[in-house]
Amino acid sequence: MTDFKIQNLIFHEIGPINLSIAAAECVGLTGQSGIGKTLFLRALGDLEPSKGQILLGEAAIDSISAPEWRKQVGLLPAESSWWFDTVGEHFKKVDTADLVAFGFNQEVMEWDISRLSSGERQRLALLRLLANHPRVLLLDEPTANLDEENKLQVEHYLTDFLKKNQVIALWISHDLQQLSRVASRIYNMSAKGLTILEK
Amino acid sequence: MQLISLSAFDLSVASLLIIALALLSFRLKLGLTQRILVAGLRTTIQLLLIGFILNALFARVHLLWMALIAIIMFTVAGREVMVRQKRRFIGWYGFAIGTLSMFLSSFTITVLALTVIIQIKPWYEPQYAIPLLGMLLGNTMNGVSIGLDRLSSSTFNDRTVIEARLMLGQTWAEAMREIIKDSIAGGLIPIINSMMVVGLVSLPGMMTGQILSGSSPMEAVKYQILIMFLIAGGTGFGTVAAVWMGSRRLFDDRHRLRLDRLRKG
Repeated sequence: MTDFKIQNLIFHEIGPINLSIAAAECVGLTGQSGIGKTLFLRALGDLEPSKGQILLGEAAIDSISAPEWRKQVGLLPAESSWWFDTVGEHFKKVDTADLVAFGFNQEVMEWDISRLSSGERQRLALLRLLANHPRVLLLDEPTANLDEENKLQVEHYLTDFLKKNQVIALWISHDLQQLSRVASRIYNMSAKGLTILEK
Repeated sequence: MQLISLSAFDLSVASLLIIALALLSFRLKLGLTQRILVAGLRTTIQLLLIGFILNALFARVHLLWMALIAIIMFTVAGREVMVRQKRRFIGWYGFAIGTLSMFLSSFTITVLALTVIIQIKPWYEPQYAIPLLGMLLGNTMNGVSIGLDRLSSSTFNDRTVIEARLMLGQTWAEAMREIIKDSIAGGLIPIINSMMVVGLVSLPGMMTGQILSGSSPMEAVKYQILIMFLIAGGTGFGTVAAVWMGSRRLFDDRHRLRLDRLRKG
């Protein structure tokens, strides 16, 4: 089983940060806005330059090409981006079973992006990311822009998926209740680094 | 047919048009008065200067003189490409990407045309080399600067989408595919359009000039066809090279979008 290790990570003068996440574990991360949580996830996804070491199992970040690393360590931003007109153009291939698991059917592939609700967009963005079969998911406030009903729905689909596929997750949220539902440990990020929060 | 030589008086009459335009701009408060006058003045001085230089050069054919002229032309064109960018590359890249791609296309094609097609001896005979290089460079410069400008501004505007695509594991080339395509098209469409309407709507300046100076229209037309093909090739290859080099520079080895390598012009 693969684990995910972050050792002495420094990025944009933040850090050093140390964190080990066990196989299939979901870790929560909270902290003030602007403290660098998003930058932290971007550094883990190799979108920001960083010093230190990030290991997926035995494989170090710089031993794998960046696109391959990002397929294995998938980052889901708070706001999803779409660049073609229809949903289907954003997917190379998609399993009907996965679609159903996220509350869609094959028809959704024909839909216009402009027709999607914010909840649908976020579920489809997740589905698009999962098509890469990532081993780690970096979730940057995945339900922040959703209303209460959609929020619980996305959360439900997401946790279901994490359990079923034994995927490691680092979940950022301001909602401590949500984090205590989904995560086994919760950390608070401050200028000094990460401190664990008691449940 | 004989060439009718223009006198200083003839040109002064023509310059009244510029002065009238400047006056109109002043009355309408277009804010262009000074620029119109400066542009008119620059046209006169720059062309008189190049006239003197060409006269001198035609009298002393030497590769070194030609090389010097070519270097000056490339430097000015490279600077022009740079200042036309709303967002430029920082450091020497801002100058080098445009200049190098223009050199690769315009210079190669000019030398090719001189040695293989026109077969003038020596190949750097200024009477042929300078007008050819000048026309190619002028057009390539437009293509390259439109292509680069579109590349940098589209990349800046679409940065969220580009990064989203990188996050999904796309390479920089995959994430930039549409932008690269559009930028190259932007640089190429003007020359394609002008090839479409040449002779029907527009009579190119070069051909007109040749006819005015007494060449037979058929000779002028043949030269014009040659020039159009050379320009299309020069603009096309130059734009492709510049857009490719530019987009490569916008990403680092880890396929990260590096907008910090651009600055506002």
